[in-house]
Amino acid sequence: MQRADDFEVRKKHLENMTDEELDEYFWELANRIVEPLVELAQTHTSPSIERSVLLRMGFNSLQAKELVKRIHEKGLLGKGAGNVILKLSEKKGLNYIEAGKALIEGKYWDEVEKMFKGVEDE
Amino acid sequence: MKLTSNEKIDVKEILKDLDKYRPRRKGWTWRKNLTSPHRIGEYEYYQISGPLKNSIPLPAAKYFDNIDPQPDVVITAEIASGRFEDDIRRMRMAAWHGADHIMVIRTLGQSHIDGLIEGTPEGVGGIPITRKQIRATRKALDLIEDEVGRPINFHSYVSGVAGPEIAVLFAEEGVNGAHQDPQYNILYRGINPIRSFVDAAVAKRIMSSVDMLQIDGAHNANASARVAWKVMPELLVQHAINCAFSLKVGMKKNLIALSTVPPTVSPTPEFRMNLVYAVTLRELFKGFRFRAQMNTRYIESDLFDATRIHVLNTLISRLTSADLQSTITPDEGRNVPWHINSIRGIETAKHTLIALDGMKEFVKIDENKIRKHVRELKMRAILFMEEILEVGGYFEALEKGFFVDNGYYPERVGDGIVRKKNGEIAAGTVVPRDKDYLAPVCYHFGYNNLPEGIEKPCDLIGGCTLCNPDKIQYIDELDPEDNVEKRYEKTLKMIKSNEVKPEVEWFGDGWIQLDMTFPLKEELAEAAALEVARKLGLEDVQVVHRTVLHPVEGTYIELKARVPFRVKVDELKIPEKPELLSEDEIIEFVKKNPIMVVAGTVGNDEHSVGLREILDIKHGGIEKYGIKYVYLGTSVPLEKMIDAAIETNSDAILASMIITHNDVHIENMRKLHQIAIEKGIRDKIILVAGGTQITNDMAKANGMDAGFGRGTKGIHVASFLVKKKMELQKE
Repeated sequence: MQRADDFEVRKKHLENMTDEELDEYFWELANRIVEPLVELAQTHTSPSIERSVLLRMGFNSLQAKELVKRIHEKGLLGKGAGNVILKLSEKKGLNYIEAGKALIEGKYWDEVEKMFKGVEDE
Repeated sequence: MKLTSNEKIDVKEILKDLDKYRPRRKGWTWRKNLTSPHRIGEYEYYQISGPLKNSIPLPAAKYFDNIDPQPDVVITAEIASGRFEDDIRRMRMAAWHGADHIMVIRTLGQSHIDGLIEGTPEGVGGIPITRKQIRATRKALDLIEDEVGRPINFHSYVSGVAGPEIAVLFAEEGVNGAHQDPQYNILYRGINPIRSFVDAAVAKRIMSSVDMLQIDGAHNANASARVAWKVMPELLVQHAINCAFSLKVGMKKNLIALSTVPPTVSPTPEFRMNLVYAVTLRELFKGFRFRAQMNTRYIESDLFDATRIHVLNTLISRLTSADLQSTITPDEGRNVPWHINSIRGIETAKHTLIALDGMKEFVKIDENKIRKHVRELKMRAILFMEEILEVGGYFEALEKGFFVDNGYYPERVGDGIVRKKNGEIAAGTVVPRDKDYLAPVCYHFGYNNLPEGIEKPCDLIGGCTLCNPDKIQYIDELDPEDNVEKRYEKTLKMIKSNEVKPEVEWFGDGWIQLDMTFPLKEELAEAAALEVARKLGLEDVQVVHRTVLHPVEGTYIELKARVPFRVKVDELKIPEKPELLSEDEIIEFVKKNPIMVVAGTVGNDEHSVGLREILDIKHGGIEKYGIKYVYLGTSVPLEKMIDAAIETNSDAILASMIITHNDVHIENMRKLHQIAIEKGIRDKIILVAGGTQITNDMAKANGMDAGFGRGTKGIHVASFLVKKKMELQKE
């Protein structure tokens, strides 16, 4: 899109504002722009976010990468990768790091899918 | 382990036991400002922080009792050559010159790596950021900060497609500051907009858990636009979007820094334009921090041009405000920065900040005259945001190419960067969190279905790595060839062989720079320069800069090249330094055997500062040791020097010779010697020449008894005079 500088026309509604009013209005607009972005972040997750969860749980970067890749492939990222591993470890009576390693080896995926099946998002 | 100033940093020692290393502190540290005005020596300062234990002051400090006042503002040095084992040496140099914020640029392409890198592979134009690299660097910085006596902030980038993971890594390892701005991902890294914002929220929350300072990425619009000042309204908008988003996801206002660059340079009327922008920004963003970056948009290969721009940029910082003064190396336009240019960048910032200390005591911005322009800029930014909302929001504005358009908004040229909401790299990778979504870790942003009664999320797993660092798994190396140990073997071999090569960034890399001027037009001069380098036997020759002095009369060329040989350190000869008598010995001798000298600068030479330092008691001159002198002033004729010596029955003549054009100093030495012979006093008088270009050998060869050059102190001259007088007495 191309447009000439029409500042003189466009600014009319701002002209009578004090400096404080301009500053306030500036931040009001900024907040309105970011609100939907914050809401989006509140309610969504991503592979990197889930890997960051697994790192914080004490998995190393190679394990986190492999686990999140597989959990994503199974369509379970929305449950939370840490959640998937933690629930499995509780069910199997395993330390959760061991449970994660077992998943990397390809074990227990059937049970994982069964456990989380049916708990769909509304 | 401790550093001592006469020993190199031991890389082997740094690499030892890294698996057990823990950062000694987390979070950002500002400089501690001294109450103003604060006195150092004879001078009053208004904007300085505490002194360093070890430092290298500005070049002119030697004329002012070597004072090294440190500005109140944190000074940044960007250091990343691709090998961190060499970078830590440069970090030490930088810290000694006054940097306390070390910013590490990432290797080319790390933004697009979906996950963390491990080990210590070599980087291109930066460093692959890994846990091992961070630990080793932080460990080295711990030692360096102890050595200089000021905390050093370590900084890198939380961006790309692995932002949240890098934020965790940084929080665990005590990285003190980071760039984080989803708009940077989107506009300049081509990463999916949705992914960028969703990831950013989590990354920012993790960063804030350890009080990491965030720097935004708005300044990149400046560097990308064709005419940088035209994006000023947009820059305000970009800052606002990242700031508002950061606050909403839990960051503290005083740990959010705006990365701001004075947008334009001369030949535009730079200063007024940049000042309006700086004032507007600081009014709108009160309470946030300001990271004043220097302009990179217009610097090319001319080091002096870059330095001029950066001095003026720092003037803007002082006339408005800055919490961090970033430095840009003047050679950024021609290569990955060299050691010397990192230091030059820091010196430019430190020099300018100290030079302008307290300028606002005397100088104020004319509030009435600037107001109209500030309001206009604010309105242009407001109109920009109104239109973002009109078209449906941020993602829609992106799709319509609002950003980095070269029109001065509301003007639109139509060349803005277009990014698709559902397109670009990593599109479609974001998923909704289900109702039973759970993340059993601390400092996690967003919806988290924690079981009832759980207060601390990581209680579910017996602690997360941010609460219990023992849970962190350390990976050493993944590549058996491309790692620091392998690289360092080669370096060690060179160190042990006791051979050396010049270097600019890596140990013994062999690069040197030559400059030369030819009475030729540009293309011919360049070819001639290459031919000179070839005949000198240099390798990998590249012309890095040319300045046309006149279309046909002359062209100045700078080139870089590699030296194909090594120098044996053992076989190097250092001119012997005469042994000095002790202060007591000198004083004792002079008490019993009074010494009288006449002194002056000879010929047509008005430079008297150096000589005064050799004479005056205040500067530790020869007067301190009881030696009496008659100072004859500047531009003293040689005959007058000899006559004065005879009249005062002096033991010696101290002749200062700073000017050396056409070897006038050599001629003066010879003449002085000759006149002393003619007047029949040569065997009784001690003749001493001094000056920045004088050496002892040169002086002796031209009839003097001694010569003293750069760095001479009163005691050197006094010790010589006493020894010589002892000799004469024996005769």
